[in-house]
Amino acid sequence: MKAGGSSRTHTAADAVFKGLAFVSALIIFVIMVGIFIQLIHSSRLSIKEFGFGFLFSQHWNPVTEQFGALSSVYGTLVSTAIALVLALPLSLSIALFLVRLAPPSVSRYIGYAIELLAAIPSIIYGMWGLFVFAPYMADHVQPFLENTLGFIPLFSGPPMGIGMLTAGIILALMILPFTTAVMRDVLQMVPSIVTEAAYGMGSTTWEVTKKVTVPYALTGLVGGAFLGLGRAIGETMAVTFVIGNNHNISASLFEAGNSIASTLANEFTEASDPLYLSSLIELGLVLFVITFLIQVAAHLWLRRLNKSKGQS
Amino acid sequence: MRLKSQTRRKSMDVLLKVIAFLSSLIGVFFLGWILLVIIRQGAAAINWDFFTKLPAPPGGEGGGLGNAILGTLYMTLLAAAVGVPLGMLTGVYLSEYGRDTRFGALTRFTINVMMGIPSIIMGLFIYTIMVVTVGHFSGYAGGFSLALLILPIVARTTEDMLTLVPHSLRESALALGAPRWKVTLGIVFRAAKNGLITGVLLAVARISGETAPLLFTALNSPYWPDTLGQPTANLTVTIFNYAMSPYQNWQTAAWGASLLITAAVLSTTILARLILRGKKA
Repeated sequence: MKAGGSSRTHTAADAVFKGLAFVSALIIFVIMVGIFIQLIHSSRLSIKEFGFGFLFSQHWNPVTEQFGALSSVYGTLVSTAIALVLALPLSLSIALFLVRLAPPSVSRYIGYAIELLAAIPSIIYGMWGLFVFAPYMADHVQPFLENTLGFIPLFSGPPMGIGMLTAGIILALMILPFTTAVMRDVLQMVPSIVTEAAYGMGSTTWEVTKKVTVPYALTGLVGGAFLGLGRAIGETMAVTFVIGNNHNISASLFEAGNSIASTLANEFTEASDPLYLSSLIELGLVLFVITFLIQVAAHLWLRRLNKSKGQS
Repeated sequence: MRLKSQTRRKSMDVLLKVIAFLSSLIGVFFLGWILLVIIRQGAAAINWDFFTKLPAPPGGEGGGLGNAILGTLYMTLLAAAVGVPLGMLTGVYLSEYGRDTRFGALTRFTINVMMGIPSIIMGLFIYTIMVVTVGHFSGYAGGFSLALLILPIVARTTEDMLTLVPHSLRESALALGAPRWKVTLGIVFRAAKNGLITGVLLAVARISGETAPLLFTALNSPYWPDTLGQPTANLTVTIFNYAMSPYQNWQTAAWGASLLITAAVLSTTILARLILRGKKA
């Protein structure tokens, strides 16, 4: 019974294949849970020693073994905020150009160039940032900002080049391709019948954009912002090169600071003391929880977007 | 409603167009600036020795990063060997078996979250399970932390690409009596071939330029990577260490390594795009 035999092996092979696929999916789930558990387990020393105070203490002194996450969390949030403030309007405006204004051939090549920004490795942004962009900031941009906006504490201080502002600008460049890609897709989703109706009533492109396109696409645009936020907040190497690595919180954006990721990158291999190491891992845990929450929020937001798309 | 003057409306419109055009130029300008700097600075460091020799001591002459090039290759290959099959099987599960199941939805969600987890966290996780337990840094740990990065990307692209394959194709093959696994590997995979290759190439390009997950796993080493059981030299951590050093010859080598890694990543990315476009044409 050749046919029967082969069908039995087929069934067995099918079961094995399905099993493998299922186990692979399971492994991914186990890894995610494993990361969470491992990080908590490995930072137990620091959690026990500092408790919730870890999050609100600015002290970071390996010699006296006082560790607090505040300056790193602050730096992470501030550099990310600078990146978003710069990248979001820029990418909306680029997306608008690519979708509505540019001729198709120009749009394709410029779009391609913007996408290539995402392919450049983080450490390359770091090299360029430290050796080329930071000196440029120190010589031209920061003196200019100080002279024009220096009355605001944000823009006063020694023009050293490296620091919070430079890190934020480089982060903005790094997230630009991602936010632009999302916004481009979102703008393309706006039905042409809606925009054409507005044009037909005599609106200019500016009016169509402000009153029709952007309100229509708002949910998706916010989704793009979430994506940029998630990208920027855990970015490590480029920030480590240019942020200056200083555990102080300062009002000036010119001052050196640090972020969670840059602190890890700089200090981890030097940390020999168990409590020091454990505190660094707890910093990692904080970053993990923040990014996890951002991803969940983005997921829920996008689900809302899909739902509203289904209704219309 | 008060009507705005025609000139004001027109000028707002022109302003918008100019700003949109300039924004695009800003993006292109920075890409050009970065690439130009990397090529100009890096070209000075590239010669035959750069690919074949061990690093020179600080302040010394000559030498190369042959060990780091090899180490990066080994670890990227290890990561691909672990991450690609696992990711593809997960994609198969999501597209072929668990498309509408609750576990499928949970896995899909996990993959999306995992893609957003910073790469340095992956390094930290592998450090706690593969470095602390063994007691020293190793190339295997580096390879596995890269595998964790490639895994969700490959799973996601595989699912996307397999979902694009029309159901009628699967049904005809199944109707001919082909078993499910053969339909998946022989028919569905073949139909989605270009997309899958593109996805894998993009994922490999992305991890080969990663630094953060290697910092506390592979570390770095001045020796040849004879085994992955020891700290392993790699290009990206070498760039980090050398760039932060005060020695002129090390900084030059860091620029050379930057050029090499940028060229490799960009050409792989462009190749992947061309493969995908070749399919459409």
